[in-house]
Amino acid sequence: MTTIDPDTVKVILATDCGSTTTKAILIQFVDGQYRQTHRGEAPTSVEEPFADVTIGVINAVTEVAELADRKLVDADGRIIQPAKGNAGCDLYISTSSAGGGLQMLVAGVVRQMTAESAKRAALGAGAIVMDVIASNDERRPHDQIQRIRELRPDMILISGGTDGGTTTHVVQIAELIAPAKPQPRFGSDYRMPIIYAGNAKAASLIEDVFDDTVDLAIVENLRPVLERENLGPARDKIHDVFLEHVMAHAPGYDKLMSWVDAPIMPTPGAVGNILQTIAERQSINAVGVDIGGATTDVFSVFGGTFNRTVSANLGMSYSISNVCAEATMPNILRWVHFDMDERELRNRVKNKMIRPTTIPQTIEALVFEQAVAREALRLAYQQHKEFATTLKGVQQQRTVGDTFSQQTGGQTIVDSMKLDLIVGSGGVLSHAPRMHQTALMLIDAFQPEGITRLAKDSIFMMPHLGVLAQVHPKAAMEVFDRDCLIYLGTCVASVGPAKAGRTSFEYAITGDTLNESGEMCWGDLKLLALGQQETARITLTPARGVDVGGGPGKRVEQTVHGGTVGLVLDARGRPLVLGDAPEVERWVNALDLYPQMAAMV
Amino acid sequence: MATAYTPGLTVTARTTHRVRRLLPISGDVLVKKGDTVASQDIVAETFMPGDITPVNIANILSLPPGDVAECMLKKEGDPVEAGEPIARTKGIFGLFKNTCTARVGGTLESISSVTGQVMIRGEPEPVSVRAYLSGDVMTVLPDEGVEIETDVSFVQGIFGVGGETYGRIVMACESHEQELTAELIKPVMKECIIVGGARMTGSAIERAREIGASAIVSGGMDDEDLRDFLGYDLGVAITGSEDVGITLIITEGFGDIAMAARTFKLLGSRAGADASVNGATQIRAGVMRPEILIPLTAEGRAKSPKSAPSDGQLVPGRPVRIIRDPYFGVLGTVGALPSEPQVLDSGSKARVLEVKLDSGDSVIIPRANVELIEG
Repeated sequence: MTTIDPDTVKVILATDCGSTTTKAILIQFVDGQYRQTHRGEAPTSVEEPFADVTIGVINAVTEVAELADRKLVDADGRIIQPAKGNAGCDLYISTSSAGGGLQMLVAGVVRQMTAESAKRAALGAGAIVMDVIASNDERRPHDQIQRIRELRPDMILISGGTDGGTTTHVVQIAELIAPAKPQPRFGSDYRMPIIYAGNAKAASLIEDVFDDTVDLAIVENLRPVLERENLGPARDKIHDVFLEHVMAHAPGYDKLMSWVDAPIMPTPGAVGNILQTIAERQSINAVGVDIGGATTDVFSVFGGTFNRTVSANLGMSYSISNVCAEATMPNILRWVHFDMDERELRNRVKNKMIRPTTIPQTIEALVFEQAVAREALRLAYQQHKEFATTLKGVQQQRTVGDTFSQQTGGQTIVDSMKLDLIVGSGGVLSHAPRMHQTALMLIDAFQPEGITRLAKDSIFMMPHLGVLAQVHPKAAMEVFDRDCLIYLGTCVASVGPAKAGRTSFEYAITGDTLNESGEMCWGDLKLLALGQQETARITLTPARGVDVGGGPGKRVEQTVHGGTVGLVLDARGRPLVLGDAPEVERWVNALDLYPQMAAMV
Repeated sequence: MATAYTPGLTVTARTTHRVRRLLPISGDVLVKKGDTVASQDIVAETFMPGDITPVNIANILSLPPGDVAECMLKKEGDPVEAGEPIARTKGIFGLFKNTCTARVGGTLESISSVTGQVMIRGEPEPVSVRAYLSGDVMTVLPDEGVEIETDVSFVQGIFGVGGETYGRIVMACESHEQELTAELIKPVMKECIIVGGARMTGSAIERAREIGASAIVSGGMDDEDLRDFLGYDLGVAITGSEDVGITLIITEGFGDIAMAARTFKLLGSRAGADASVNGATQIRAGVMRPEILIPLTAEGRAKSPKSAPSDGQLVPGRPVRIIRDPYFGVLGTVGALPSEPQVLDSGSKARVLEVKLDSGDSVIIPRANVELIEG
C-alpha cells in the first residue's frame, strides 16, 4: 500500500462487498469539495461458479464507469490508478462482509465480565459472535468442548482474569479449547488463529497449552482491571488477523488486497467507525441501524462509548420467519390497521423466507412487511440495550445519599431521552416508497423520547465512508455531510403518566416557514411541514409530570430541524401501547403513510 | 442492464449430474476411478477423534494443581476404562486415601499442573460416506472422497426438511392439482418416495411417517403443518439435519398450491424407478435446494434427449412461475420486458415484466417476483 497525500486525491473509488451485492461509489472533487457522484452495483461473486470476489467488484465498478463516463478498469481487468484526465482514480478502498462476514468464537472466565468484554471487542471489530464460552455459562465442560468442535469460526478470542490476578481459570478455558481442535471455516491448510487478551501473567501458560496446530497471538489484556476495558489492542489484532488469514483465504481476496490503498475492513466495523466519528465531531448521542435480509446490526454512541450488536436471526428475508416466531404474530399484526388472515400470512412469511429476493407488489403486502420490520427493529434494539451497559462486576462506593437510588453495574447506557440522532439503513427502510413510512418505522421501533432527529443513509454509504475516514477524513466528512444522510425530520415525543384525552404537552413553533401552536393530547400523533435545510424554534410546555426532554414538567425551548418528512409530534406515550385497529389507522392517516389506500376507500 | 437474470428451479427429464461425496476429515477412500457404485454403497470412511471429557482432579481430591501429577495412577497416553481409578492421594501415614475414578473410558490425553485438570479422550467414532447417487466414480480425491456421475431425471424442489434418503417413486395422486391426503397413503408405499399433487396435509405426513415411507414430494404444505411436524417454528431456512424419520420436499411453496403440471408429469413418467432424495435446503450464501435424482437406464437415456443448460435470462416466450402474491404460484410465459421501472400498487418503483397466463390474460409483475422454469 502506498502513502497517500490527501491534497492530491481528486477521485476516490470505494466498494463494499456484501453477502449478495457488491456496491461501488465514486467520489469526486467538484467545485472545491468532495461529492459522491455515481454508484453502481453487481452480484457478489465469492460463491461458485465464480469464486473470485474481484469479478463482482469489476462489474460494479464498470457500472459506475459507464454512468460517470469515466474509464476506471483497464483491458486487464484492473482498476486504473492514479487518475489521469478522464480515466482512473487516485484512491481505491473497500469493505467486505461477503461469505458471511467475520465469524468468531469468544471465550472468557466470567460470562458477565471478561467474556462480555471480549464479546464487545469482537462485535466492535465487526464480527458475528457465534458463541461465548465462559466458566459459568451453565454448560458442562464436555458440552462446551462439543460446541467448540461443532463450530467453524474464522478465529477465536480468549480473555479472562485481571492483570496479576489468578491464572487458573483462564488456563482452564484454554484447556477446553486446545483439545477440541476447532476447525476453521476456510481451507484445511489454515491454522486456526487464536488471540489471547487476558491476564498478562498467564500468557506463557497459555502458550504451553496450545501446540503448533493453532496460530496464537498475544495482546494486551482487554480487561486489565475490573473497572476498565481496554478493547483497542484486541480489536486491532482482530482486524489484522481478518486481513492476514480470513481474507487471504477467501476466493479472490488476495487480488483485491493488492488493489486497495487502505486495509479492507469488515463492513460493520467501518459503519461503527463513521458513526463514532460523527458522534464525536458533533458531540451527540447517536444510534444507527442496518436491517438486512438475514441480520440486523445496531450501533450506538452514548457519552462517547461505542457499542455494536448483531441480531443474527432478525432480518427481512432469510430470517423473516424467525422474526415472526420471536415477536409472535399478534405483536406483528398490532401494527396492521386492517384484517388479514393469519394462516395465509404465515404461509406468505415462509414463502418470503424461501424466495428472499421477492418484493411486495400490493399495498397490503407492503403494510405487512413494514409491520414485521417494526418488530425486527424493536427486538434488535432491545437486545442492544441489554448489551450496551456499564461494566459489570465493578465495586461501587456508596454514600448515604445513594440509599434510595442504588444502582448496580450492568445498567444500560442507552438512554432514549438523551438520544439526538437515529440513522436507519437497509432495504426495508431505504427503499420504502414513502419516507414517511421510514420515519414512522424508526419512531415506532426505537421509541425516541424528547427531541430526536431522524435520518436514513441514502444508499448505504456509511461502510465506504468508514474506511475513507481512516485515510482521508476530510473527504469522508464532506461526503457524509452532503450526500450520505437524508434527514427525514425531527420527532418530539413526551413521556409521563398518560391519560387518554388529557393534555400531554403544548407547543409553540416559530420559523421562516412554520409558525404554529397548539396542544397534544395523549394518543395524538401529528405531522407538521418543515422542509429540508429548514429550522424552527419550538417551545414545549409539558403537563405536570410529563417529560419532553427537560425533566418532568419542565419547559423546553430548542431549535428543531426539518427534513423530507417534517416535524413529528408524538404524544402516544412511552412505552408505546397500541390500541385497536382504528387507533392505529388514525396514526397511519396522521402521517399519510399509505395515500393509495385512503384513495381505495 | 439489457437483460434480467432470474434463475429458477431445474426440472428436467435428462441431465448429467455429478455429486461430490466428502469425509468431514481425512480418511480412506474405498473405491477407485471408473468403479460403478450403487446409491447406498459406502465409498469412504474414517474415524473422528473421540469426545473429550475433562476431569478436575485437583477439585475432586482437594489438592493443589501442582500436586496432581504425582498422584496420578495413569500417565499421558494410557488407556483408561470407565470406573477405573486414575488418581489417588497419598493419605495420612498411608491411610485415608482418596481416589478419583474415570467417568468415561478412552485415553488419558493430558494432565495440567496449572489447573489440576486431566483430559480423557473417548474412543474414535467411525464415520462413513455413502455414494448417494448410483453411477460411475469419475474422480477420487485422495483421503477426502469421490465424485460420482450419471445421467438422471432431475427435479429441484423449493424447500425440504430431512436429509438424504432412497426409495422407489410411487404416485399417490392422479393429478397435479389433487391434494395429498392420508387416505391416499397405503402401507405398500413403505420405503418409497411418495409423489403427491397439490398441498400435502398434516395427516398425510403423519400417515406416511407411520407406514415408514422414505419421503414425500408434493406441490405445497401449510406452515402450520410444518410446525406441528417439526415440533417448532422454523426460523431460518437451513434444513437437512432434522431427525424426523421422513424427508419432505415441496416443489412450489407454502399454502394450497398445485405442483407444476410438468414436474408432476415427469415424476409420473419415472414411477417405479429408484431415486435418491435430499431435503436439505439452505437459502443463505451457497444456495442449496432439495432434490430428487432418478438415475436413467440405458433405455431411458436413449429415449430422453439432454436439455440444454439454461442461461438464466428472461426472454419473451420462456415459461415462468410467479412467486409472490397476489398471483403466487401462477404459471405463464414472459411477454413484454419494458426497460423503464414502473410504480407498483405498493407505491414502490421496480422493473417489471408482462406475464402471459394460460388463461389468455396478461399481468404485470415485478421482475424480482418471477422465476424461470428451467430444464
